[in-house]
Amino acid sequence: MVLQTIWFFLWGLLWALFFMTDGFDFGIGTLYPFLGKTDQDKRIMINSLGPLWDGNEVWLITAGGVTFAAFPTVYAVMFSSLYSALMLILFALILRGVSFEFRGKVDDPRWRKIWDTCIFIGSFTPALLFGVVFANIFKGIPIDHNGIYHGTLFTLLNPYGLLGGVFFVMLFLVHGSLWLAIKTEGDLHDRVASVANKLWPVLLGVAVIFLIASKFSTRLYDNYIEHPAFFIVILITVIALFGIKYFMVKKSFFKAWFASALTIVGSTFFGIVGLYPNLFPSSLNPRYSLTAQNASSSPLTLKIMLIVVIIFIPIVIGYQIWTYNLFKGKVTKEDLAYEEAY
Amino acid sequence: MDVVLLSRLQFAVATMFHFLFVPLTLGLSVLVAFMETKYVKTGDETYLRMTKFWGKLFLINFAVGVVTGITLEFQFGTNWSRYSVFVGDIFGSLLAIEATAAFFLESTLIGVWIFGWKKISKKAHAIVMWLIAGAGTMSAVWILMANGWMQHPVGFTIRDGRAELVDFAAVVFNKFAILEFFHTVPAAYILSAFFVMGISAYHLLKKQHIDFFTKSFRIALVFGLIFSIFTAITGDMHGVHVAETQPAKLAAMEAHWETTTRAPLHLFAVPDEKNERNSVEIGSIPGFLSFLVRHDFNAEVRGLKDFPKDERPPVLLSFFSFRTMVALGTLFPLLTIIGWFKRNRLVESPGYLKIMLWSIPLPYIAIELGWVLAEVGRQPWIVYGLMKTSDAASPVASFQVLISLIAFILVYSFLGAVGFYLITKNAKKGPEPAPEAVPEVVAEPAAG
Repeated sequence: MVLQTIWFFLWGLLWALFFMTDGFDFGIGTLYPFLGKTDQDKRIMINSLGPLWDGNEVWLITAGGVTFAAFPTVYAVMFSSLYSALMLILFALILRGVSFEFRGKVDDPRWRKIWDTCIFIGSFTPALLFGVVFANIFKGIPIDHNGIYHGTLFTLLNPYGLLGGVFFVMLFLVHGSLWLAIKTEGDLHDRVASVANKLWPVLLGVAVIFLIASKFSTRLYDNYIEHPAFFIVILITVIALFGIKYFMVKKSFFKAWFASALTIVGSTFFGIVGLYPNLFPSSLNPRYSLTAQNASSSPLTLKIMLIVVIIFIPIVIGYQIWTYNLFKGKVTKEDLAYEEAY
Repeated sequence: MDVVLLSRLQFAVATMFHFLFVPLTLGLSVLVAFMETKYVKTGDETYLRMTKFWGKLFLINFAVGVVTGITLEFQFGTNWSRYSVFVGDIFGSLLAIEATAAFFLESTLIGVWIFGWKKISKKAHAIVMWLIAGAGTMSAVWILMANGWMQHPVGFTIRDGRAELVDFAAVVFNKFAILEFFHTVPAAYILSAFFVMGISAYHLLKKQHIDFFTKSFRIALVFGLIFSIFTAITGDMHGVHVAETQPAKLAAMEAHWETTTRAPLHLFAVPDEKNERNSVEIGSIPGFLSFLVRHDFNAEVRGLKDFPKDERPPVLLSFFSFRTMVALGTLFPLLTIIGWFKRNRLVESPGYLKIMLWSIPLPYIAIELGWVLAEVGRQPWIVYGLMKTSDAASPVASFQVLISLIAFILVYSFLGAVGFYLITKNAKKGPEPAPEAVPEVVAEPAAG
């Protein structure tokens, strides 16, 4: 049914938008202890995402909510199978969110140290685990015909899953360092730009390994071989990946960040296109896989939700672009002097 | 312990903790928006300082509320997967609409409000807070619609073991959900009013920032007075509707065992669930329960014994939650009415100010107990009359849930302690000094 197929790709798009937006927040939070030499550096780093991270995180809530609404069985089986991984992500996100708000509220180095640690843990953990989780979905999850998971948290930490985790971390590190390059000046900017330059070849290497490993660990390429036109997704992603380097060399960091955003969306869609029509494939037996057809809501719910999404998602994108535009430009010392700043 | 019990405990911890922060977000956003509008209209710097002072407390509270909200969405899938499959069509779509149409706006604009003081005009900045308040209220609309559907499911058909949507309008205009909304959101406003009045009372008792806190107190007083009366009225309407739609909950919250006409209301009782009676009954008013729920002293009210034992909610908890909520709900209009008569001589009324300071926790207790009643009183059903809570949990290992439950208790205790510390610290510190005062102090010795 067409409606279910539309929803399948919308589902993928919402996850991709979450990775694209909150991804640079995760990257910055992970780089934070390494690049933040002084308190001022650290404050510049968190204030560069200060006005934006909260709105970015709602893409996760929307992606989760849409999974619940459009594919209730997938939502149920996915969230209960991945129980421990999702709980770890949840606690990480909780700590990250309050850390931004709490860090500057007490003027004491020990107090700030607590929240600095939480920012790192709260950013690195989701970056890694979302990669692990999605690589495992690409690979297939040991679920039986009742949607019951036969495994533990450690089942997910197989080589391909971990490779997916490293791939996501690298994507977000590059994404975050480029965002920082846009938002900073002086010494911090130079260090950030140099880190971005050093991270890029590593990302390229991991991406190539991931593409090759996907041939052996997943059945993602079946769809591509059946419909070679889909190879364009991979092609665009690879071009975007090289685009990062191209613009980075020209010091056009905004364009480089944009190329990085496209790389993240493309990488997500590489998996989504390969998965179709499976949303949550079973590694035990393909017949147990949850698909766009066997796991969806009723046509009426899909229709109503489609109307909601068609009206509201463009509005959301509109006001988020307005917000990004409002807070464009470097984070300066004056911005930090301002009493509401993080 | 089994998965269902552990999951219920975890849900209770996560929801009750989250709901310590949500009501203040709902109400304080409106009050801060009002203060900022006053500043834009009058140019009076006191209102700007009020906006900043109460805004700071609002933001600390908001941060904890937001991060603990994600838990609730995750939990339906992680811990209640069988429920999620069953209700996804309806309940899931309401949650998704909440995120897309309301929560997105609130979360995006909160950043604009915090960081945008110099980026947008004063007027636009005040409008942003109104939009935050409006989006928060819209979130409440969708969430309460989802809960209203669990309480009183409408507009569905059962197909392949799932509740499928057939009539979206019936779900949106579910009377149960509408009454929940008009009872819960105004209750959140009462809580916020008492929060502002209590902190203002603290400073007025110390005779500091008198003008600032008198103004704050009065704004909150009017807000609290209106909504404490409003909440009591909608509470009565809601009770009548619960009697129609969830007779077992009504019987439990009133500890009413026998089906009778001229049903009495017990002001106080100690329900004895084992022996299906009340071991103590004090202050029973004949016919008054009939009058309350049917507006007729002779009407028949179904008693608990009319329901099979396995379809009765826990009586003791329902009864005491309800009694305490109602007692507190009666106190709030009284306290605000007294405040109305004392509004012009607050500083000279230390006794009243002390009561108001110590009353800050009371609306928190009332609103939490209201939810305990709503959720516990619905048991054993997760979706009233359709699905039992015992059939709704995920097929996960109980040790996983035990570990996550312990983790929730630890992390939330830590967050709660830090949040409480920061709010108290900033509340006690009081507002920043008026900007005019600073140059004056500096200028005088320089001139001399």
